[in-house]
Amino acid sequence: MNGPSLVQAGKALLVRDLRLLWRRRGDAFQPALFALLVVVLFALALGGEPQALAKVASAVMWVAVLLAGLLSLDTLFRGDAEDGSLEQWILAPVPLAWLVAVRVLSHWLTTALPLILATPLLGELLHLPHDQLPVLLASLALGTPLLSLLGAVVAALTVGMRRSGILVALLALPLYVPVLIFGAGSVARSAQGLDAIGALLFLGAGLVLALVLAPLAAAAAIRIALH
Amino acid sequence: MNPVLLWFHQLGSPPIFDRFAARWAPWCYAVAFVLMGIGLWQAFQVPADYQQGDSFRIFYIHVPSAMMSMLVFGVMAVYAAIALIWRIKLCEILAMACAPVGAAFTLITLVTGSIWGKPMWGTWWDWDPRLTTELILLFLYLGVTGLYHAIDDRRAAARAAGLLAIVGVALLPVIKYSVVWWNSLHQGQTISLFGDSKIDPSMQLPFWLMFVAVQFWFAGSLLSRARADNLRREAGKDWVAKLAVRP
Repeated sequence: MNGPSLVQAGKALLVRDLRLLWRRRGDAFQPALFALLVVVLFALALGGEPQALAKVASAVMWVAVLLAGLLSLDTLFRGDAEDGSLEQWILAPVPLAWLVAVRVLSHWLTTALPLILATPLLGELLHLPHDQLPVLLASLALGTPLLSLLGAVVAALTVGMRRSGILVALLALPLYVPVLIFGAGSVARSAQGLDAIGALLFLGAGLVLALVLAPLAAAAAIRIALH
Repeated sequence: MNPVLLWFHQLGSPPIFDRFAARWAPWCYAVAFVLMGIGLWQAFQVPADYQQGDSFRIFYIHVPSAMMSMLVFGVMAVYAAIALIWRIKLCEILAMACAPVGAAFTLITLVTGSIWGKPMWGTWWDWDPRLTTELILLFLYLGVTGLYHAIDDRRAAARAAGLLAIVGVALLPVIKYSVVWWNSLHQGQTISLFGDSKIDPSMQLPFWLMFVAVQFWFAGSLLSRARADNLRREAGKDWVAKLAVRP
């Protein structure tokens, strides 16, 4: 059997996803807009005091990025489940886990990456101390792919439901909490003058593990949902 | 076929499991109540702790339910794995019956711990690694239950929720070793199933009574919950109809 190679199939899927997103450019800005709203609301609720804001800036950034990712989780496989392309994924000659991994990559590229790029700007709104910015960026760069991978498992579990609503959040949060603890913890440690590298290494180790296991778990969940 | 193996295989059939559960669940509850009664009575007979005074007696509820909160999750994941690999319908039912019981044990652990923490640590709650991981465990249990009830097809629901349970098992070692890996407000392990316990022998008897009692309690509620779910799934079959008619 001469099917497409892994790279060909992955490329085709990635190009299709990005093209679909480009045709609906308005939707693409939603996660970034949502994170901006969270940041603005926090800043206003804390009274806009620079000292108070600087102390919680990195934590607020992490929560804003996490919530923005959570918001877009439900759409990760839903469109494909509704129009039947997810069934074609299962029938495809390439492994389902590989297609899931490519979809997670496109999810990360379109929701998390713009937020990471906007982090210096949003950090400025929160009076984030400049010496914390590199650690925050590093922890987000390692942590957000991990969030997308874990989120893919949850999205795959709920793909069989017509409306998942709050359930996605309930399922995703226990899995997200360790990432948040190490991610926000690394910035908090560097703010106290301690070495942040330990927490970052934990995030990296978690990312490597999830990179291997999460697509397999998500693929198993899709098979259950569409059985 | 070996008679034990034959009995075990037959237990997978819904009507036979129903008879088995109906017969043994009351016995499990009875043993649990008797042991719990003696255990709690004994818990007030042992001498008070030299540091914590009488308030340490909540230990006899807190620790057995904390152990069960983790054990039940492990049992649930094993049943879920069996259900996913060999497609045994009864194991799906048993795995899903574990979730609410485990959630109850976790809630008891959190509440008793909080009551114990107020006089000892001066606070109801602290974002300490062990407390936080136990809270996450509660959310996981709720997630498994929520997912099971959100999907219409019962078998697909049980398999999806079972997969979540298997993913969540990664949390168990983190809870168990959280007092070792991090500096924690929560005290370290004082009692151990195997090897030496750091607790005085005179204080151990009520603990072991309570520990065995919660096992039987779990077995009893697992059987009766699984029986109810089993009957609900099999509703419409002849044997259920006959069971319903019989007084």
